[in-house]
Amino acid sequence: MKQNAFERRHQAEWQAFARQLDALEHGKAGPDSRQFPAAYRRLCRQLALAEQRGYGSRLVEQLQQLALRGHRQFYRHRSHLGARCIGFLLGGFPRLVREEWRLVLAASLLFYASLFGMGLLVYLFPELVYSLLTPEQVAQMEAMYDPDVSRLGRFGERSSAADWMMFGYYVMHNFGIAFQTFASGLLFGLGSLFFLLVNGLSIGAVAGHLSGIGYTDTFWPFVIGHGAFELTAITFSGAAGLKLGWALFAPGRLTRGEALRQAAACSVRLVAGVLLLLLVAAFVEAYWSSMTLPGAPLKYAVGVLFWGLVAAYFLLAGRTRHAPD
Amino acid sequence: MEWRQSTIRPEPDRGGCLAAGGWLASGFQCEHGRPMSASPAQPSDGTVRQPPLDTRYLVETPEGIDLVLHPAGLVPRALAFAVDLMVRGLILLLAFLLLGQFGELGMGLASLTFFLVTWWYMVLFEVLNQGRSPGKQLLGLQVLHDDGTPVGWAASLTRNLLRVVDLLPFGYSLGILSCLAHPAFKRLGDLAAGTLVVYRERAQPRPSLPEVAAQPLPFALQADERRALLAFAERQAGLSTGRRRELAGILAGPLQVPEAQAEARLLGIARELMGPS
Repeated sequence: MKQNAFERRHQAEWQAFARQLDALEHGKAGPDSRQFPAAYRRLCRQLALAEQRGYGSRLVEQLQQLALRGHRQFYRHRSHLGARCIGFLLGGFPRLVREEWRLVLAASLLFYASLFGMGLLVYLFPELVYSLLTPEQVAQMEAMYDPDVSRLGRFGERSSAADWMMFGYYVMHNFGIAFQTFASGLLFGLGSLFFLLVNGLSIGAVAGHLSGIGYTDTFWPFVIGHGAFELTAITFSGAAGLKLGWALFAPGRLTRGEALRQAAACSVRLVAGVLLLLLVAAFVEAYWSSMTLPGAPLKYAVGVLFWGLVAAYFLLAGRTRHAPD
Repeated sequence: MEWRQSTIRPEPDRGGCLAAGGWLASGFQCEHGRPMSASPAQPSDGTVRQPPLDTRYLVETPEGIDLVLHPAGLVPRALAFAVDLMVRGLILLLAFLLLGQFGELGMGLASLTFFLVTWWYMVLFEVLNQGRSPGKQLLGLQVLHDDGTPVGWAASLTRNLLRVVDLLPFGYSLGILSCLAHPAFKRLGDLAAGTLVVYRERAQPRPSLPEVAAQPLPFALQADERRALLAFAERQAGLSTGRRRELAGILAGPLQVPEAQAEARLLGIARELMGPS
């Protein structure tokens, strides 16, 4: 068949297909959307024919563009975001963490070992804190946890109306750290190791210093509540970063690029979980941890409860893959 | 247009006309399409696809066709990023001016805005606006998965979080190096997320074939030779007279016409190939 005859025969069909695509691209399912898959396959056949018969490039390109747009609509990853989020929250996230237990364990060991090690060292040798923090930073920390103020945390003497400000500040600050810890894992995992270590050391130094100078009654009740979520989130983002690095370091039987892609698809889900944890942590930190009204015993009790909840969630949730009958 | 003389291969068994036809075809291949195979072992009947010579990126679909994507290089992507940077700066400036008047509540909202604009601006636009942030939209670019499907939440989040690494050690150095070294211009974030920044397809204007009388084919033509002839006819309006004559002159021998008439003969044959309109 000559090219002009071919075009004449199918022109109307192509125009209809283009109209259908316009509608779909604007999110409207037209009245003839049920015929879309069949129309798309017909178009693909016509494109293959046009290429095989050596028709002109202008016609072939026009069909290719239609096929590209059709492909984009036909193979769009459509999913119920809400349902997927709930499924992830109820089972997917803890399962994922248990699947990656080696990396989570490695990140946790590094982070907590540096935290407690540095804390103990600073507690025993108080001057060591100045090897990590400047005197101004130490003074600022001391002011934040001074037992005489009624509300704790950064910008200590604030009204409860300022909780909003703190929430915003914590979100910005903590998410930045978590994202950095994750992303720098692409450098063969070194970045994640570095940020885990540095964060562990500096948190440990602050904790050791404040305990050493006797601010225990303000510092520990303040941090124990949101620490359950925040510290867990940081170790998880470290684990996600280590997964990227490990894929580059030891790709197994895949090429490095392919191994990286697969690892990234997995670790970005871990990061999505970290987002949730950090959001909870920011709420708790801004609204609960900063209150001094509840006494220290109550805060310790709630803190232990939070840690228990987090542990139970990641150890137990999502064990049964199907809903019970 | 790129002329690759190195692809001329004399083929004693198929005669000089084919070799010349392949030569003309190979001249168009950088824009026109598949690289022509002139070796007798692999007849170029138009069904054997070889990797393109230019930067086009082919995705084979289950329907048995190849989608043709045009990955965007460093400069348009950098420009798009610069536009996005300005838009973000503007949003932040407005937000701080507006929210600064609400005291501490405003400060909190401003930090939230800062967080959203820093980390989520690209992700939200890419997922909700068919892979286009405002800068990409302005420059006609679009983010897709490697398989040509629209970018989703996971891939977009990955490529934008890993932007931090592309920025290292200063001024996007790693990203630029990776982009320049990769055949599809991927930065590190694109490599990990399996995404691709491509030009959005644009409707091509319909070229007008010159009004000449159709002339019969001198001999049977292969598919790629037909394509080359049609491409010549479709593009002759954009070529200078001398260039047209020179190109057509190559085929004067096989067509058995004087060089001066080769162009008219070729256009006539192209007319014949198109059929009556």
